[in-house]
Amino acid sequence: MGNKKTIIVCQGTGCVSSGSIPTYDALEAEVKNAGLTGIEMKLTGCHGFCQRGPIVIIEPDGIFYSEVQEKDCAEIVESHFINGLPVERLFYRDPVTDEPIARYEDIPFYANQERIVLARCGHINPEVIQDSIDSGVYKAAPKVLEGMSSGEVIEEIKKAGLRGRGGAGFPTAVKWGFCAGVEADQKFIICNADEGDPGAFMDRSILEATPHQVIEGMIIAGYAIGATRGYIYARAEYPLAIKRLGIAIEQARERGFLGERVFGSTFSFDITIFHGAGAFVCGEETALIGSIEGGRGMPRTRPPFPAVKGLWGKPTIINNVKSLATVPEIINRGADWFAGIGTEKSPGTAVFALTGKVANCGLIEVPMGTPLRKIIFDIGGGIIDGGTFKAVQTGGPSGGCLPEDFLDIPVDFENLAKAGSIMGSGGMVVMDETTCMVDIARYFLDFTRKESCGKCVPCRMGTKHMLEILENICEGRGKPEDLSKLMELAEAIKEGSLCGLGQTAPNPVITTMKYFRHEYEAHVYENRCPALKCKSMLQYHVDQEACKLCGTCKKNCPAEAITGDKKEEIPFEIHVDKCIQCGMCVTVCPFDAVVKTSPGIVKEEKKAAGAGG
Amino acid sequence: MEEQLSATFSEFRGTADEIIPLLQKTQEELGFLPEEAMRRIGEFAGVPFSKIYGVATFYTMFRFTPLGKNHVCVCRGTACHVRGADQILEHVERELGIEENETTEDGDFSLETVACIGCCALAPCITVNSDVHGRLTPKKASRVLKKVRSAFEKEEADGE
Repeated sequence: MGNKKTIIVCQGTGCVSSGSIPTYDALEAEVKNAGLTGIEMKLTGCHGFCQRGPIVIIEPDGIFYSEVQEKDCAEIVESHFINGLPVERLFYRDPVTDEPIARYEDIPFYANQERIVLARCGHINPEVIQDSIDSGVYKAAPKVLEGMSSGEVIEEIKKAGLRGRGGAGFPTAVKWGFCAGVEADQKFIICNADEGDPGAFMDRSILEATPHQVIEGMIIAGYAIGATRGYIYARAEYPLAIKRLGIAIEQARERGFLGERVFGSTFSFDITIFHGAGAFVCGEETALIGSIEGGRGMPRTRPPFPAVKGLWGKPTIINNVKSLATVPEIINRGADWFAGIGTEKSPGTAVFALTGKVANCGLIEVPMGTPLRKIIFDIGGGIIDGGTFKAVQTGGPSGGCLPEDFLDIPVDFENLAKAGSIMGSGGMVVMDETTCMVDIARYFLDFTRKESCGKCVPCRMGTKHMLEILENICEGRGKPEDLSKLMELAEAIKEGSLCGLGQTAPNPVITTMKYFRHEYEAHVYENRCPALKCKSMLQYHVDQEACKLCGTCKKNCPAEAITGDKKEEIPFEIHVDKCIQCGMCVTVCPFDAVVKTSPGIVKEEKKAAGAGG
Repeated sequence: MEEQLSATFSEFRGTADEIIPLLQKTQEELGFLPEEAMRRIGEFAGVPFSKIYGVATFYTMFRFTPLGKNHVCVCRGTACHVRGADQILEHVERELGIEENETTEDGDFSLETVACIGCCALAPCITVNSDVHGRLTPKKASRVLKKVRSAFEKEEADGE
């Protein structure tokens, strides 16, 4: 059967929302109608290139079709399978050269990646355990259970230098070692899948695409620390991931990979899924534990650390999805192999959800130490719509915004921290000149203010106060002293908060103040938003030369702020007094004839501040 | 409600650590958490009502008033934000004639926002009754709502 072909249709959340279920059904029906044999249909989890979904790949040819809708399926079957001619119009096109690229391995988005954690994503059916087994999952766990002591497993992970992928980068083996050394009648391993950072979806995609890999990682971690019970704390907003995890756990039990005497060994281990209920702070270890125990998810003081006294007072280890998904690969391929990838202090790879104003959004994996420029421009394809790069945000609400000067730093835990940001769990949002950095700081503070659990005052009140100041600045009521007040508050919140949420909440403000202070100053002193984002500082007008009198702006204006008439040839005008700055006219104008400006005014304060020094 | 709750509780043991799953299951059954249901959960789990209320109000997924028949949720994740989520939200608010966290008078539509649904590569996006709609513009959002509304109205008419 040398010419057996497989049609892979991505069914990750991204592709499903772009319509991949009807695409799958249509392809299946077309293959059947055409009476073709030797063609296997396969659904998979996320390929990572969600922006181009629905994604269809034909193996073994490796042909990559993007944005395949139901109506395209008959053509694919007829042209590709019957006539042997791949459908060029559905190929990915290079955003710069517009060249069509047939094979996914040749697409720069994929060609520049090194996939270890994501290696199986998009290639196996996550709902069929045999598919995972055939691709090498569940090789490491029996190896560990048959031939390695708990200490040997921890030693191997230590040698590999694996650092926690949840954000802080604490060495996994050290954490495991603490817990393994504690005597207890019961211990727990928890997989932290409470991926709450806005702008991040790595963990969701991994759980959707290769849940068995995570389960195997948990079995090995459980064995290493002596835990017989595992929990996966998953975000309620991820229904598909939860469904696939449930299927995977059930299948693993049937095979004897979970339950009593796992893989025929003397070790017993089972996993329960806990559905989160929507609280960002529950990504913090002790808050997560409080949540599983049935309470409000509020962080606790440490020590005692969860490794000693965690869930229901028992020693507990909490690892991120990606850390656990990496563990079996280290066991299979050896610590030296893993340590040889990435940088000396940050071995292995980093998984990012690359989003924002880049041409190619999606899920990527690169060796630690890869420069930001390579990620954003080679893999991400640069900025969309011919825009210019302004900043990249890593680490979500705990991270920072880095300007162009940092594009050449190698991405790892140390370098990002030195620059004032953090590695975080993997969100990477690219911003262009239309993104206002004051507004971004306000956005993140709005998030942390809402998500602060309220336990400690600096975080609860401090974030609220910072947000008020930022709102004032964005709405044109900023005062010069606000800038120093912001920094003062930032320091106090960092110092005085109990958990990571509060300690890192000021980071977006600190980095934007440091690298984009001129934008704050333009808002405060000139009532001007250089990025043309902050509404109260905007004005719209019609460029009469470009205007073709089509009237689309007037028709779509929700505030009836536009006058003019095509028949009577009355020029279209936007009336400032009625305009609500919603930007609808700019969006709908087919001729780019509506112009947005932020003219600004010189405020009294500036004169005073200038005079004073 | 009494009978429905007893049926809902039957798969639980009634221990304190089941409070969140109990609240989730009850909300799934009733659509929201009426005070009476929370009191019953407290009795069932042997925990004071104040604690149940404290837990329920801590988490964003729990609601204490019924939702509209169609649930529109605008994503406010970072990727959506930089790609214009606020414009989408304002537009949806105008289209539905309600603001965030409100339900239309006829009870047909509710509007909420969510911190991030993890479809960042398709930003800006919204969910309608858990279907994700991505790469939106205000116009496209109007089309989505129009489609949902007409499908829903047809369904209502057929049902009568």
